[in-house]
Amino acid sequence: MASGNVILNEIEAPLIAKKAKPGQFVILKAGERGERIPLTMAEADPERGTITVIYKVVGKSTELFKNLREGDSYQDAVGPLGQPTHLERVGNVTCVGGGTGVAVLYPITRGLKGAGNRVISIIGARTADRIILEEEMKSVSDELFVCTDDGSRGHHGFVTEILKKVLEEETLNLAVAVGPVLMMKLVSEMTRPYDVKTIVSLNPIMIDGTGMCGGCRVLVDGENKFACVDGPEFDGHKVDFDQLIQRLGAYESEERESSMAHRCRLDR
Amino acid sequence: MAEKEDVTEKWARIGMPEQEPDKRRENFEEVPLGYTPEMAVKEASRCLQCKSPSCVEGCPVEIDIPAFVQLIKEEKFDEAIKKIWEKNRLPAVCGRVCPQETQCEGRCVLGKKGRPIAIGNLERFAADLARREGIEDVSPKAEPSGKRVAIVGSGPAGLTVAADLLARGHQVTIFEALHKPGGVLVYGIPEFRLPKKIVADEIESLEKQGAEIMCNTVVGRTITIDELFDQGYDAIFVGVGAGLPRFMNIPGENLVGILSANEYLTRANLMKAYRFPEYDTPIPRGRNVVVIGAGNVAMDSARTAVRLGAETVRIVYRRSREEMPARAAEIHHAEEEGVELLLLTSPIRFLGDEEGRVAGMECIKMELGEPDASGRRRPIPIEGSEFEIVCDLVIIAIGTGANPLLTRSTEGLELNRWGYIEADPETGETSIEGVWAGGDIVTGSATVIEAMGAGRRAARSIHEHLTREGRSPESCGV
Ligand SMILES: Cc1cc2nc3c(=O)[nH]c(=O)nc-3n(C[C@H](O)[C@H](O)[C@H](O)COP(=O)(O)OP(=O)(O)OC[C@H]3O[C@@H](n4cnc5c(N)ncnc54)[C@H](O)[C@@H]3O)c2cc1C
Ligand code: SF4
Repeated sequence: MASGNVILNEIEAPLIAKKAKPGQFVILKAGERGERIPLTMAEADPERGTITVIYKVVGKSTELFKNLREGDSYQDAVGPLGQPTHLERVGNVTCVGGGTGVAVLYPITRGLKGAGNRVISIIGARTADRIILEEEMKSVSDELFVCTDDGSRGHHGFVTEILKKVLEEETLNLAVAVGPVLMMKLVSEMTRPYDVKTIVSLNPIMIDGTGMCGGCRVLVDGENKFACVDGPEFDGHKVDFDQLIQRLGAYESEERESSMAHRCRLDR
Repeated sequence: MAEKEDVTEKWARIGMPEQEPDKRRENFEEVPLGYTPEMAVKEASRCLQCKSPSCVEGCPVEIDIPAFVQLIKEEKFDEAIKKIWEKNRLPAVCGRVCPQETQCEGRCVLGKKGRPIAIGNLERFAADLARREGIEDVSPKAEPSGKRVAIVGSGPAGLTVAADLLARGHQVTIFEALHKPGGVLVYGIPEFRLPKKIVADEIESLEKQGAEIMCNTVVGRTITIDELFDQGYDAIFVGVGAGLPRFMNIPGENLVGILSANEYLTRANLMKAYRFPEYDTPIPRGRNVVVIGAGNVAMDSARTAVRLGAETVRIVYRRSREEMPARAAEIHHAEEEGVELLLLTSPIRFLGDEEGRVAGMECIKMELGEPDASGRRRPIPIEGSEFEIVCDLVIIAIGTGANPLLTRSTEGLELNRWGYIEADPETGETSIEGVWAGGDIVTGSATVIEAMGAGRRAARSIHEHLTREGRSPESCGV
């Protein structure tokens, strides 16, 4: 499945597939010279021995991943990394996803539904063709709302607008938000006054994913945490999102340079 | 007259040619260039061939130093390397990175009157020559024992255990979390101090001898210790190193442009970011770089920053020159390359710009007081001496701690209060039957050769255990 610049890859990785739980991530590397890219898994099938990742093409590495054809392989795949989502019965839950974050949200939603919760899901994207996993999300939710920025499908507007209504109408026991950092920040701010515990899944810059580089440190409740070993999920009411946004932009100019160099090579 | 010349000759150590500082600032190639055979023979001729040599006691793996030095003197270079291999599997590595001045060379009697024998240089010479000429370690191998050992971590400790157990006829599989084996030798120590080709060749030779290496496997996550036993491994060695970076915990430390030395060096070495964009991983290139800390890791970071084009590179250290833990040679190399030392100085907070990037650092001057628990004089802040420095890249190299990933997920594994594994110093046995440990995960950050020594002792103990078990199979209670 690839719509626009959203890519799905099913990867053969039997050891990882056997162990993977919702919320955990893998690190992929495309070639000898490639970067190590952390991606949270959308699906793990222990029988087939495969894992699935869904991501948006944003830089050179994801561009390289995109160009892999069926049968090609990633040079390296390591995982499952990070802590799995704590899936338990708490009552009423809302699962909020934006963009490709829905891929990560889906197994969590399924798990929460499976644990016996009533699940209200809200997913959004810029346009209708960027909405992913709508059917799947529907099948594991008691209610599903779809939003698009341009109104081409579902509610015309942001997921937070629907969330506001849900918060007013329902007594929620848990919220889970996965998507762009800004979305997770807004969701967390919105649930705070209602005192609804909110879990967010972060994807800071990291190299090894095992606690060795410290690049993925995030400030949670004033304390440094390593997203790779302590996360990737944290209490959204305690995360310093502004700092996270700044840290995610650390290599912006290099990324542009790398993508440019890559395109030039392709053009030749 | 002739006699007098002889005497001076004895005390004059043959230095190793090096790349000029101005030139090497611009490249990542190795700095010391190696001895020629003539230089090696001349240096070896200075050895007094002591009857009870104290240099051997100084070497953690007890290489028969006088014997191999004598063989070099006699120009029997291939025999010299074989002599070294009897005790040390990685001489091309150790000859380069061992702190010889506190080990073998520190004990050499010539050092009392003049300069000790350049044991490290000679070891490197013999190893490099063997590599060039394709001389291989063909020590006779024991009959296959049918036993399988899992080794977790492919740093010097794990590699040594693998080599020793292979030689004793056991099958070994090394599990490594990263995509490339070698531990600190590949991700930490830079190319200009230890060419990665050397490490790769050593690992290839282990594979040729039958070692299986499984990269991308995080034990504790991808597979657990218990599952390894379930898969039929008869023993497990844990050599996962001390890879958890420490931070200062002062304000502003999460600003963009402040990295742990682990991250900085891993980007540069393992990911080859110094060749960005040819390689995909970026590395921040600072104009005014500050490195906090004064060990080998700090020197490696500072010298990497020089090569990446920094205008100024400053080492900030809260004690004085005498207390700097880095090897004297590395401090010397760094200073030659233009690295400045800002001693008796401690950072108190980092200052950022409006985009959240580091722009400066506030420091305070220190003075040395009474000795502390480590025996070094304790640095005390001088009130009112605060000052600011401008910097756009900060690398924190103040040490590492025990990585809890494996230890936390392994029930019954006893740890000390710093989170390192409790292991018998003689055998490496841990609190779990059938599990051994060694290297930095037991001692905390130490040296390559100490990790190798621990690996050697553990391999001996594992071998004894496996052969004992062989006699009474009912006793394998794992
Ligand atoms: C920058 C730097 C410079 C140094 N310079 C010197 C020097 O000049 N001289 C010197 O003697 N010493 C030096 N040292 C110290 C020396 O490198 C270490 O003491 C030595 O490498 C320790 O070896 P080890 O085998 O215990 O662990 P490491 O070399 O740390 O190797 C451990 C390996 O285990 C892997 N691992 C970790 N967790 C897991 C897991 N859960 N599953 C699977 N694999 C795992 C790691 O990825 C790593 O590859 C330096 C260290 C650094 C960082
Ligand atoms: S291994 Fe290290 S300590 Fe031993 S002789 Fe060689 S350089 Fe010296």
